Amino acid sequence: MSTTAEKPAAPDSEPGAAGQTLAASVRRGVGKRPIRTGRVRRLTRRDKLVLTVMVGLPTLIQLLLVWLPTLFSVALSFTRWNGLDLKDIKPAGTENYRFVVEDYPPFWPAMQHNILWLVFLALVATPLGLLLAVLLDQKIRGSKIYQSIFFTPVMLSLALIGIIWQLFYNRDSGLLNYLLGTAGTPAAVDWFGDSNVNIWAAMVAATWRHAGYVMILYLAGLKGVDPSLREAASIDGANAVQTFFRVVFPAMRPVNIVIVVITIIESLRAFDIVYIINRGTNGLELISALVIQNLVGEGQVIGVGSALAVILLVISLIPIVFYLIRTFGKESKA
Amino acid sequence: MHHAFKGENMAATNDPFEAARNAGPGRRTILKTLGIGAAGLAGIPLLAACTGGSGPAPGATSNSLTFGSGSSDDVPKAAYKAVTDAFTKKSGITVATNVVPHNDFQNKINSYLQGSPDDAFTWFAGYRMQYYAGKGLLAPVDDVWEKIGGNFSDAMKKASTGPDGKMYLVPNYNYPWGFFYRKSFWAEKGYAVPTTFDELKTLATKMKADGLIPIGFADKDGWPAMGTFDYINMRLNGYQFHVDLTAHKESWDQKKVSDVFDTWKALLPFQDPAALGQTWQDAAKALGAKKTGMYLLGSFVTQQFTDPAVLADIDFFPFPEIAVEGTDAVEAPIDGLLLSKKGGDNQAAHNFLEFIGTAEGQNAYSAVDASNIATVKDADTSKFTALNKKCADTIANAKYISQFLDRDALPAMANNVMIPALQSFIKDGTVDVKNLEAQAKTLYAAQ
Repeated sequence: MSTTAEKPAAPDSEPGAAGQTLAASVRRGVGKRPIRTGRVRRLTRRDKLVLTVMVGLPTLIQLLLVWLPTLFSVALSFTRWNGLDLKDIKPAGTENYRFVVEDYPPFWPAMQHNILWLVFLALVATPLGLLLAVLLDQKIRGSKIYQSIFFTPVMLSLALIGIIWQLFYNRDSGLLNYLLGTAGTPAAVDWFGDSNVNIWAAMVAATWRHAGYVMILYLAGLKGVDPSLREAASIDGANAVQTFFRVVFPAMRPVNIVIVVITIIESLRAFDIVYIINRGTNGLELISALVIQNLVGEGQVIGVGSALAVILLVISLIPIVFYLIRTFGKESKA
Repeated sequence: MHHAFKGENMAATNDPFEAARNAGPGRRTILKTLGIGAAGLAGIPLLAACTGGSGPAPGATSNSLTFGSGSSDDVPKAAYKAVTDAFTKKSGITVATNVVPHNDFQNKINSYLQGSPDDAFTWFAGYRMQYYAGKGLLAPVDDVWEKIGGNFSDAMKKASTGPDGKMYLVPNYNYPWGFFYRKSFWAEKGYAVPTTFDELKTLATKMKADGLIPIGFADKDGWPAMGTFDYINMRLNGYQFHVDLTAHKESWDQKKVSDVFDTWKALLPFQDPAALGQTWQDAAKALGAKKTGMYLLGSFVTQQFTDPAVLADIDFFPFPEIAVEGTDAVEAPIDGLLLSKKGGDNQAAHNFLEFIGTAEGQNAYSAVDASNIATVKDADTSKFTALNKKCADTIANAKYISQFLDRDALPAMANNVMIPALQSFIKDGTVDVKNLEAQAKTLYAAQ
């Protein structure tokens, strides 16, 4: 620590009176000339200024934009408030949480849907993205074009995605019912309106986006794998499948962790597609949609919305903490 | 009629001052009716200037006002522009209009009213108006109503009154909800307009046998189904119960409410089974294409019929009577103008509201936007279609005008509770009224 405090001498940092104790220098306060105390050199005024700005500003932004709102949300989740006058904030204990869990019908379906979403992304979307990445990594002709095509959904605006999938799923004129030969008949499946199928329809649309995202990350990961590893594997007589699963995949460990975290977070913040379809009602309930429903707009119930947001926060913290422990825990060991 | 109304209103508001204030309009009504026409209308600013003292002290700067408008669609936007232009031309008062996309306007109304709102702004009648009036965020406009009171029906006046008995809203236009159908199609099939609920069911059975979807229905957006709930509720339990229930003065966990759902259940098999996947625009198209026999919606449904031949073929009938009050209550949401607390101090804003409460102001509006019905009694009806006229008559003859569940109830109750509840009812015909009450308790307590 003492070594890091040692700074290259700035023009105004001549050594002061030697032999001063640290305590004395502290008593003399800031603004005094820096004093050399043994090996420790006091920071110059400019150093302090730079440090204050560089540490203070991000801290302030973080505090203002992340921590304060989070703490306010947590605090508000234990109150009743109509959002009008601060005087109207009334303590409510855990009533909002009880309401959400016991009285709010969309809550448990939303939890189930979030879990279903996670399982679907983890078992279908992410492996699909990996598959695409491996295929496109094979130096096939037009690889760049395919990459662009698969990545396009990630870049599209939400409104556009809603329109595109509407073309597929529309009950009367959609492509899907047309292909099934049921378009215009009573047997036509109402992909967005039927609460038995609409969550699957939405997850397929989400997969369409998520797979492209995963693909790009894995493509980068695959490029980063040392080619000599593959050579070594093939010299040892491993076939393509063995090479991939025993050598290449484990070598992409940093990417894998990122992907796991992204998949979990994507499933927790899944929101846009269901919101475009029907604002997260009728079989498409998700926690994030309920948070919006209760916090934004006319149906605002700040206490309940905050409670839902806190629940979502706590659930989200689990994978984030896991991720941080994995990455930083390893760094400190190294 | 006017006097009969006053008695009713007094009973409802229980405010002696209200009665005293209402003593004026009778005399003024005569003046108005005599003076209607260009000459009479020109006198209004003079009148306003004479009696201006009754309002908040007009400042020297009251030759301009700001006007916040949530009417962001092209036609209503142009219509309000016509109104402000006509007002400026007549009074010399300039109006600075701030148009906000209507969803944003509605969603941000809380912070809008607490921040720096415009003097006057567009809003609705009903609980949501009363709520902000009760919170002291609006300015009463009794001085305006003293002058324009005679222009409005009893039901309109009642809908513009705040919880303290003072007047807050000046209605601009509204539109009735009813069963819309195609005249030629019904004539061809020999269907007759049902006047009772049983007749409605018999007709629907017949239509089903004819291979039609008897009642068009769409609830993907969640709110349209509230119209069916409101009407069955009012026809079964009366208008006052609707108001008390939506204001949560009545419990949701009672037989009267479960009766509504039980009655509705008899209608469910006749309503379009694809309701949850389609919007009202889709359902309107199905009606136009003669796939459905009739469709319960607001008269704005006609916006979807771009073919003039189809439009001319559209008619409607009121929701049939069931148990009480015949068809006295009409669901006809009212849009109008309010003054913010700040706007209450600006006499020019009072003058502007007065202008929109006259035939001249509303004619300026409806000359551009003809899809709604002006609310003043002596509005220009010369350009009315037969359907417009029927809509206007239905509203004028209504004893009670309800504002639709999502305007009469706490928005959180309507949006967060009733939308999921009605959608699941449409799905499986069950509803848990106990749970509705449990949710209502928490949500209304949070206000």
